[in-house]
Amino acid sequence: MTTFTINGKTVAVDLRAGTTLLDYLREHGFFSVKYGSDKGETGSDSVLVDGKSMNASLMLIHTLNGKNVETVESFAHGREVHPLQDTFIEEGAIQCGYCTPGMILAIESLARENELPSEEDVKDVLAGVYCRCTGYVKPVKAAMHYLIAKNGDTR
Amino acid sequence: MKIVGQKTRRVDGLALAKGKPVFADDIPKKDFLYLKILHSPIAHGRIKSIDKSKAMAVNGIAAILTHEDFPIHYFTSAGQGYPEPSPRDTRIFDDTVRFVGDRVAVVAGESLEAVEKSVELIRVDYEELPAIFDVRESIDNKTIIHPGKDGFSFLHDAKRNISANIDEELGNVEAGLKESSHVFEGTYFTPYAQQASIEPHITLTWLDENDRLVIRTATQVPYHVRRIVGEVLNLPVGKIRVIKPRIGGGFGGKQEILNEEVCAAVTMATGKPCRLEYTREEEFYAARSRHPQYVTYKIGLMDDLSINAIDMEILQNSGGYGPHSLTVMSVTASKTLALYRSPNIRIRANSVYTNLPPAGAYRGYGAPQGFFALESLMDEISEELQVDPILLRKKNYYVEGEEVPIAKVLGEGRDGFPVILNTNGIEACIDRGRELIDWDILRKSEKTGIFRRGVGLATVAQASGIAGVDMGSVFMKMNEDGSFNLNVGATDLGTGSDTALAQIAAEVLDVSVDKIIVLSSDTDTTPFDTGAYASSTTYISGAAVKKVAEDILRQILEQGKLILGVNEAKIADNSVIADNGKSITYQDICTKSFYTDHQKQIQATASKISYDSPPPYNATFADVTVDTETGFVKVNKIVSITDSGQIINPQMSEGQAEGAIPQSLGMALSEFMIFDEKGRAINKNFEDYHIYTSIDMPEIVAEFVYTNEPTGPFGAKAVAEIPINGPAPAVANAIYNACGVRIRKLPITPEAVLTEFQKITDEG
Ligand code: FES
Repeated sequence: MTTFTINGKTVAVDLRAGTTLLDYLREHGFFSVKYGSDKGETGSDSVLVDGKSMNASLMLIHTLNGKNVETVESFAHGREVHPLQDTFIEEGAIQCGYCTPGMILAIESLARENELPSEEDVKDVLAGVYCRCTGYVKPVKAAMHYLIAKNGDTR
Repeated sequence: MKIVGQKTRRVDGLALAKGKPVFADDIPKKDFLYLKILHSPIAHGRIKSIDKSKAMAVNGIAAILTHEDFPIHYFTSAGQGYPEPSPRDTRIFDDTVRFVGDRVAVVAGESLEAVEKSVELIRVDYEELPAIFDVRESIDNKTIIHPGKDGFSFLHDAKRNISANIDEELGNVEAGLKESSHVFEGTYFTPYAQQASIEPHITLTWLDENDRLVIRTATQVPYHVRRIVGEVLNLPVGKIRVIKPRIGGGFGGKQEILNEEVCAAVTMATGKPCRLEYTREEEFYAARSRHPQYVTYKIGLMDDLSINAIDMEILQNSGGYGPHSLTVMSVTASKTLALYRSPNIRIRANSVYTNLPPAGAYRGYGAPQGFFALESLMDEISEELQVDPILLRKKNYYVEGEEVPIAKVLGEGRDGFPVILNTNGIEACIDRGRELIDWDILRKSEKTGIFRRGVGLATVAQASGIAGVDMGSVFMKMNEDGSFNLNVGATDLGTGSDTALAQIAAEVLDVSVDKIIVLSSDTDTTPFDTGAYASSTTYISGAAVKKVAEDILRQILEQGKLILGVNEAKIADNSVIADNGKSITYQDICTKSFYTDHQKQIQATASKISYDSPPPYNATFADVTVDTETGFVKVNKIVSITDSGQIINPQMSEGQAEGAIPQSLGMALSEFMIFDEKGRAINKNFEDYHIYTSIDMPEIVAEFVYTNEPTGPFGAKAVAEIPINGPAPAVANAIYNACGVRIRKLPITPEAVLTEFQKITDEG
């Protein structure tokens, strides 16, 4: 039996060995976490595990005991969207949107661990999330706007 | 204009930002069968027998279908309008396999694990046939890849392995070349490159409560999916509903009817809901890619630098099947030959079969291949003749008011329609880009030392939809709160076309964009559209939206006048205002029309077919640094300036350019498929096939010069494809400017640069 929390809710699961977190999440309706490749290169399978952006397709469910998993589903509360989501829309950082949840998680994990991230830091974390639509120009811009608004300044 | 030309929040932005379940796979899949394809492990062979007994015995397996389960019927997977200008050389499953990755069987079972296990247990006995891997050895080879298919529609010459051929001449090229003072020639190669949408191909099918087949699929062409699945499975289209939800990128790859018919066949055979998704690895070797081409131009110039003759040859690799083989070549020719004026033009082109994966549609559709060749050669000419490359180009552009004769002879597999240029902003694009890239300084800067910096330019064209072929249609109705439902057949593949169409409607109706409720791409509820390809949505579907909104506006005015009981009135501030001062709001007009006064639903439909396809133009500049010790090329900056007529949404249009640029840089520097001596793809994942990530990106500047295209909605031309044409040749030209190395084969690898650099230093 493995016990962990997803978006604040504790779950206890007993699954066959080899089940990945991605399998589990998609089966349970957390559809913001997506398949992009088998080795996690695309990062469309990103989740936050204890605040850090990780590839759900590379995490076996039984290794998650006691961990705290977050997906983008937890970011908006009712009709209120997270400011990072809002900035992504405002800046035109979303095209097809397939990579968007992964990008938002990557930026959010950076924002939590680094108070004054630079544009280079943003590009570094986004390197783990492939986007074939935007060329990363507007996502990076959106991230910087969000971080500046949040922290008052960046490095 | 209040809304057109402004940025606006995407109509689907909120759902996407929140990670809502809007993609094809985002539905609960209780009772679904999971499907897996058994792919051919060999490049060419005949299937002698298939033993599925062990595979069927795996727990949870519901069905295994092979060529034995289907009548012989040939179609094309190209996902084009009817009749398709691609050879009908494909069966759902065939008894012959023609590339490593060709479909042999489909296994359906209750879990992915079960089908993965089962697929391994199918025993296929192949008679291996000789395979052709080099496109230059295909024509008249002893091995015939599609024997017995002579006379198939749009298959040029099966006996000679030629899937498609173009042979056209305007004027007299031989004489034109003879007359010319200077003649230059070059052959250029572009490789297999992948669309690499982050969402793979995914299809879900089921029977609804009335036993109609529902296909929920990541497609760019819902109506073609319906027609082709209907044809292959012998189902009337009325029994099929195709739904395109949000899709995770297409870039042409999802124009293909890749697996929809297979998934549907299993649902029809079992009655069960089915799901078929390609893994990333399958995307690389079993989906489609860009057609590799050898393109040769011979260009004759007069003393005054005017082009007198262009002789063009294309040798294109179709792979094992021929989807898009004719039309991609035709675009290679028609788009490149629409840029520079030449009284004598000839095109001789062959697309040939090989035993490598079939190529398909990919953003730019033949134009990137052609412009890499043409714009490289233009640079070589300017170098040889010691003239300014910008001057040489400006001397030869077609200008506004001129007819582009090539458009007439090269249509979509038939004669095309004449193009008279109403708008051509190419010179303004160049002038702006030249400034932004620091051309005049960097072009002539010191080129010595280990790191050498240079700048290069490419100028390119595209089209706005396919003249006389593409059609869009829409339905609109008014609601009593003054909102409007806009149901469009057009397909938003992540480009933002739903938003652009909403902006066009909002502009006409003088309401805010949030009053337009867009529903797109559902064959049951939205009217016909040929689909999202050939940069057609804004220009064609946008024009249909403008038409329908104008009709609605006229009806609002009419109803307003009737309700007010006046003869003269006008529309302002969301109201109908009579000359006598009486007025009524949109809301009240609709409410009264529903319930009390002159009752009717304000609604309209419109279709748009265009016989024009005005070219957008673009100038792309690259600033690169070459490390002459390693051959490594670093792209510092790309400036991409486009004339797309009136821009509907500047932010989204910039996004189109910003996204196209790294795709082209990938083709220029890092992206290509490698096959071993048995035709097996080697680089089948993103570690080995390198697409641009955030840290690889150079500085990007994407801007637009505005022209007002009289045939487009609010003056718009297309935007989606053109920015992909320029970066690769601009980079190649910049490398030459930096270090004198001319590479005619993509991708430009460090080894290639180093080898060539060594050669010139040795010579020097
Ligand atoms: S927006 Fe399409 S992959 Fe990023």
